[in-house]
Amino acid sequence: MKNPDQLSVPPDGRPYHDQPQWRNDFPIDWPQDEFVARRDFTKFLVLTSFAFVAGQLWIVVENFARKRRGKPPVRRIARADAIPVGGSLVFNYPEPHDSCIVVRTGPQQYFAYNQKCTHLSCAVVPDLARGRLHCPCHNGSFELATGVPLAGPPRRPLERITLEIRNGDLYATGREVRA
Amino acid sequence: MNMEFFIDPNRCIGCQSCVAACSECDTHRGTSMIHLQYVDRPISVQTVPVVCMHCDSPTCAEVCPADAIKRTDDGVVQTARKPRCIACNNCVLACPFGVPKMQVEYSLMMKCDMCYDRTSVGSKPMCASVCPSGALYFGTREEIEQLRPRSEPINTFQFGRQTITTKVHMMVPRDRGVQHVDVLSAMDEQPVDDVFEDIE
Repeated sequence: MKNPDQLSVPPDGRPYHDQPQWRNDFPIDWPQDEFVARRDFTKFLVLTSFAFVAGQLWIVVENFARKRRGKPPVRRIARADAIPVGGSLVFNYPEPHDSCIVVRTGPQQYFAYNQKCTHLSCAVVPDLARGRLHCPCHNGSFELATGVPLAGPPRRPLERITLEIRNGDLYATGREVRA
Repeated sequence: MNMEFFIDPNRCIGCQSCVAACSECDTHRGTSMIHLQYVDRPISVQTVPVVCMHCDSPTCAEVCPADAIKRTDDGVVQTARKPRCIACNNCVLACPFGVPKMQVEYSLMMKCDMCYDRTSVGSKPMCASVCPSGALYFGTREEIEQLRPRSEPINTFQFGRQTITTKVHMMVPRDRGVQHVDVLSAMDEQPVDDVFEDIE
């Protein structure tokens, strides 16, 4: 049986099935040489494994970098007495466009939350009479002391900003994202 | 249309047009693959263009230890594959026609591939398109028979005990048959002392 891809004639002129095995293993004709050679396959395996290793290393490095990057900044909000008991103050934390609100409910009691309602991102306003933060868009309510949703469409608690008082100054030190 | 390559060495005038045209070919731009050689420089100015004969059983590919030289299904033996060629020079030494060229700067054997980008789509090779005397001709067999009525194309050569059949044809005077090239006779050749002895 003649292989149509075997065009070259071996030097001794005998048909291919009489030829030594190496002649079939290392064909001269291009169409027969199109299969993936062992060394190409090995090269592919080595390079692919190397790519996987490099990817894993990159993930490790990225994780490490993210951990270091992720430390929230400490930012001064105002003097602690500048907010009267029952009063509130809007500030930006951690980025200039992240609007937050701090509410003073007692002489030493401050609560701060991101103003973004977890329903559709309207800004919540304090409703101290009921101990709530109220979202006027769809009548959503959050508990002032914890930030958990009490009424209306929101299902997730507000993002809480941790606070600290140092030498009479009120500082935002971090945020607590809760599911 | 079945186009074939015919070499007619006795029409060669040594103008180097083919050499210049060859280096314009896009498969190996800048490097000429043609050897334009003097037959016997001390006694004659006759030149002969050497292009690849594209053997049916390519000796260069037979001796390649790296499996780098391949022949396409239309019978054109290609330059060594770059990822495989190890620049060992085996093909350069083995080719009976002396065609392969070792390009040391690329560590790659490069040879005439009959301008594969052109001939595979039906164009003439660069050298045949410029040859002013028709020493390199690319066309059908009918055309060449009409052009060279006293010559006959042969494509079988005998080098020692090796019979070689080629894709490229050599034009020889009619009724000469297989040319036997005694490769060992070159070893007994004596240097010519004074070729101008008779002229005085």
